[in-house]
Amino acid sequence: MNIEAIKSIYFFEMARMRRTLLQSVISPVITTSLYFIVFGTAIGSRIQSIEGVSYGSFITPGLIMLTLLTQCVANGSIGIYFPKFTGTIYEILSAPVAMTEILIGYVGAAASKGLIIGLIILATASFFVDIRIAHPFMMVLFLVLTAITFSLFGFIIGVWAKNFEQLNIVPMLVVPPLTFLGGSFYSIDMLPPFWQAVSHLNPVLYLVSGFRWSFYEIADVNPVISLIMIGVFLALCLSMLGWMFKTGYRLRS
Amino acid sequence: MGTRPYIAASPGNNFLAMSPYTNAVPMPPIISVQQLTKTYGNGFEALKGIDLDIERGEILALLGPNGAGKTTLISIVCGIVNPTGGKVLVGGHDVVKDFRQTRSLIGLVPQELTTDQFETVWNTVSFSRGVYGKKPNPALIEKILRELSLWKKKDNMLRELSGGMKRRVLIAKALSHEPEVLFLDEPTAGVDVSLRRDMWEVVKRLREDGVTIILTTHYIEEAEEIADRVGVINGGQLLLLQEKTGLMKQFGRKQMKLELTEKLDEIPPSLAAFSLSLSEDGMSLTHEYSHEESQDSIASLLSALTAAGIHFRDLSTRQSSLEDIFVALVEEKA
Ligand SMILES: Nc1ncnc2c1ncn2[C@@H]1O[C@H](COP(=O)(O)OP(=O)(O)OP(=O)(O)O)[C@@H](O)[C@H]1O
Ligand SMILES: [Mg+2]
Repeated sequence: MNIEAIKSIYFFEMARMRRTLLQSVISPVITTSLYFIVFGTAIGSRIQSIEGVSYGSFITPGLIMLTLLTQCVANGSIGIYFPKFTGTIYEILSAPVAMTEILIGYVGAAASKGLIIGLIILATASFFVDIRIAHPFMMVLFLVLTAITFSLFGFIIGVWAKNFEQLNIVPMLVVPPLTFLGGSFYSIDMLPPFWQAVSHLNPVLYLVSGFRWSFYEIADVNPVISLIMIGVFLALCLSMLGWMFKTGYRLRS
Repeated sequence: MGTRPYIAASPGNNFLAMSPYTNAVPMPPIISVQQLTKTYGNGFEALKGIDLDIERGEILALLGPNGAGKTTLISIVCGIVNPTGGKVLVGGHDVVKDFRQTRSLIGLVPQELTTDQFETVWNTVSFSRGVYGKKPNPALIEKILRELSLWKKKDNMLRELSGGMKRRVLIAKALSHEPEVLFLDEPTAGVDVSLRRDMWEVVKRLREDGVTIILTTHYIEEAEEIADRVGVINGGQLLLLQEKTGLMKQFGRKQMKLELTEKLDEIPPSLAAFSLSLSEDGMSLTHEYSHEESQDSIASLLSALTAAGIHFRDLSTRQSSLEDIFVALVEEKA
């Protein structure tokens, strides 16, 4: 294991993120605060509490997930896409590092940043609404697993993308709709049966549901199934990466 | 974990510093390229079976026109491109199977000026050392930056540097992990005289430390200036690999053109010993000579001209270009 290399990549990435800190932390905090003001306070006051949880509190886990997923996919992809784009990737490819070490460095940094932002949003939310965390350990587990999985997913996109448009498609056009339709702002019980069934095809539903369960012990699906789904998605990403690294897909010609 | 105290920064290993030509016990080549082929994804055959042994401590210049396959060859040795067939050993290790051993021996200065625009010089050079798995060594980085006249710029972002300075940064990055083999892919493209001089200084110093240096270039003068051996690549094949002196003797022709003050009808018999040709208008004489003749033949020609009463108003010399050498090589093969 080339620990020194992993450390170098990790801290290099964290430093790059620090330079864009304002943009990457302030903007989700402002967006989340707006959600709370609009959904939580203005509209939420007219929405009855869901299974005994006020609407503002109910949407908090979903909002954290929305930002976590977007951030992890975006950071995980830009981290590897950028050196590919500028050409500086030659250095990592010619260094005595295995692809798994490169992966740990980049994905570790992307997941760390996602987690930091997630926790900042949680802190912001606690200013607006009551937050109760019934299963802190499970809450952290869901958070960490999701951060890692989606940073890996981001890395895959970063390797795959040939231009900035492709790079942005997933974090901009795929993640938000899935999150909105994944029960972030409602319990899927509120939907007609057909749409309930469709919702179960949405992977984000399982994340949001499990994560919310760790807060309020209310869930759209069994939290064990949520964990299994994250595990499945994690395994999918890892095997995809395994194939990519073996074939040198879009990294080594 | 603290960093180890800095002792002495000397890339390479001193016992390797002996020149391959004076060394009694033959050492295995530091790099051995065997039957190497590369076909890119689009079906293009960039390397067609290259065999090449590079000795420890030598400076090898790879000459070749655009698209010859120089960068492809280097990229395979460095691990950036996967070989299609054949194999490459560096320090006796296979570049694919034992990539950790081989890559930690190698420093690469790429042809393209690729830099992290928003990083500082210091950080980007320190990063390079880190990804090569070496513990931080600020004193060494300082020494390298000073040597490349980059010390004053160490806190500048790379986008604030000129092209030549960026090239220096790329050299500093490659040296930051104390490689035993250094690849310089067209190091002098877009580089001014002073950087060229600095660069050759660094190359000489590295060579004294026993570092093996492989550089690619389009300019034969450059190979002539610095290399021990010269390889010529064209169309993915190594056309020739020779010690520089032999190469220049064989192919390096020079021409001297004299613009005469008065029309000359024919070359006087007293000058018959020199290979001279007269232009049609009789106003210029061209002298062809080989590389190693240059010292004495010019002087004796000039005095013979004076003795024959031939005066000239201008003089120019021209060296055979790489293209001429290719023509010569291709003709020889045909
Ligand atoms: N990734 C690639 N995919 C397809 N073809 C490639 C690729 N990289 C290089 N080639 C082709 O392989 C050939 C050799 O390219 P290479 O870059 O090795 O040449 P070179 O000798 O370094 O040339 P130059 O002096 O211009 O740098 C060229 O014809 C080039 O078009
Ligand atoms: Mg090239």
